[in-house]
Amino acid sequence: MIELHDLTKRYGKTLAVDRLSFKVPQGVVTGFLGPNGAGKSTTMRMILDLDRPTGGRVTIDGKRYGQLSEPLKYIGALLEAKAVHPGRTARDHLLWLAQSNRIPERRVDEALGLVGLTPVARKRARGFSLGMGQRLGIACALLGDPEIVMFDEPVNGLDPEGILWIRNLMKRLAAEGRTVFVSSHLMSEMAVTADHLVVIGRGRLLADLPMAEFIRRNSRSAVRLRTPQPERLLDALAGAGVRHEAGPTGSVEVVDGDLAALGELAAANGVVLHELSPQQASLEEAFMQMTADAVEYHAGDGPGRDAAGAPGVWGADWKGGAAGQPAARGTEEN
Amino acid sequence: MASFPAVLRSEWTKIRSVRSTIWTLALTFVVTLGVGALLSLLTNNNFEEFRSDNTPFDATGTAFSGILLGELAIIVFGVLAIGNEYSSGMIRVTLAAVPQRGTLLTGKAVVLGGLALAVSLVTAFLTFFTGQALLGDHSTSLGEPNVLRAVFGAALYLTMLCLFSAGVTTMLHNQTLALGVLVPFFFLLSPILSAVPGAKTVAHYFPDYAGSRMLLVYEQNGQPYGPWAGFLICLAWTVAALAGGALVLKNRDA
Repeated sequence: MIELHDLTKRYGKTLAVDRLSFKVPQGVVTGFLGPNGAGKSTTMRMILDLDRPTGGRVTIDGKRYGQLSEPLKYIGALLEAKAVHPGRTARDHLLWLAQSNRIPERRVDEALGLVGLTPVARKRARGFSLGMGQRLGIACALLGDPEIVMFDEPVNGLDPEGILWIRNLMKRLAAEGRTVFVSSHLMSEMAVTADHLVVIGRGRLLADLPMAEFIRRNSRSAVRLRTPQPERLLDALAGAGVRHEAGPTGSVEVVDGDLAALGELAAANGVVLHELSPQQASLEEAFMQMTADAVEYHAGDGPGRDAAGAPGVWGADWKGGAAGQPAARGTEEN
Repeated sequence: MASFPAVLRSEWTKIRSVRSTIWTLALTFVVTLGVGALLSLLTNNNFEEFRSDNTPFDATGTAFSGILLGELAIIVFGVLAIGNEYSSGMIRVTLAAVPQRGTLLTGKAVVLGGLALAVSLVTAFLTFFTGQALLGDHSTSLGEPNVLRAVFGAALYLTMLCLFSAGVTTMLHNQTLALGVLVPFFFLLSPILSAVPGAKTVAHYFPDYAGSRMLLVYEQNGQPYGPWAGFLICLAWTVAALAGGALVLKNRDA
């Protein structure tokens, strides 16, 4: 099990990871979610002891990564695609990796078969596509038959077939009882693969909960009404005691409203409707909503708040939106 | 802890599975031997014209005339063997597999140094024998005073420069930067400074000047120190570069 305790990483003035504490549950797929620059890659590099934490600690089965002898047998990781010498063959790349951890050579061929690279085993990595590079990286991660696998943005840049393959692979690995820890900045991707969610924003923990719980809590359904007679509609809604809010472009939305009841209410009051439609917030919206809310909540959380997080809606900086606050960004250079 | 023999095997697989190893090492051999052979032949054919002063003729040194070019190839070998891990991002895969960074760098240095020494020994002896064969009547033999030491010295010189470069590359953790620093240093800066009166004294303690003292069979006028002191100075540079590399590797985020 991977456990983080108050893990902190500071680059100069930027706090990339800010007192992060959570456990990655065993035997399921855990999605590690956050906008770009939230500190996901930095956290993963600290788990592997590649980057040294400024504070706090991270353990794997109770040990620091550096204390593991032959770590590839405990935890396999894919951090970046094509971290391979371009002039080395796929098989040789896996071979040196296997030898370093005394993994039997037959595992090299097994791993190549597992990711479907057997036909190009003796081809130099230079000619590999991004998808093939990704598969080779995954073969590296699976080489030591580890209990824990960790993938950093594995579907980035892949074609639909590759994405499907990785999704199924992660599910299969979890079904075999392995712990899968996978980062993404796409909620929609996690929704179809993850059983558990850890959400971070600006290096801080925003949520740590089962996927089903996240969906239950955050999916918002509403009925949207559009009318050329807004005053009459609002009066009708107020008369019936229905809470409503303003929707986009002059529409009115009733959260958790009953489609039929609202239609009948409009008819009973003689309101002409141009639209009466159910609205389901996507999980992507829910994720953005959560990120935004949590950041705002922390921003107002008194003096404990660190200088790293300026209040603002996530994405406001690149949208050039009203919040207009410069967002502190973690370094996520890879 | 990672098993050291496992690290050695792994590093050996790495080094033998890329083409740059063969190219740079073959170039070291060909250039050192080829240039030396050419100069030996020319010297033998034009001996009277070439020899005007009354210092003793150094047949060993003539055979090793190509070493200044050959060392460049083995320096590039040392840089690439370490630097390609940084340029490809593979260093993170390596460190995830072997998190004990001191053990890792030691393993790298042993494999790199071992291979460089083997190639350098073959190069040095074949260069010597080829040169002597072409020098005809002016040749020397391994039995003459200091000659065997000079031939081994040539091999150690190449090996140490290779490891020095590997250490510097680990410190700079960037292949292009390391080449950009080391090649001009050994090819331009050090030879030029060695000829400038004021800077000479400093340049005489650079690793290449110091190491090349091991190749001298006869004492030269104005030489600041002997072959063994030269060996120790060159060795000190090599150890310092590797220690510096270890320090950077251990403390830096990968």
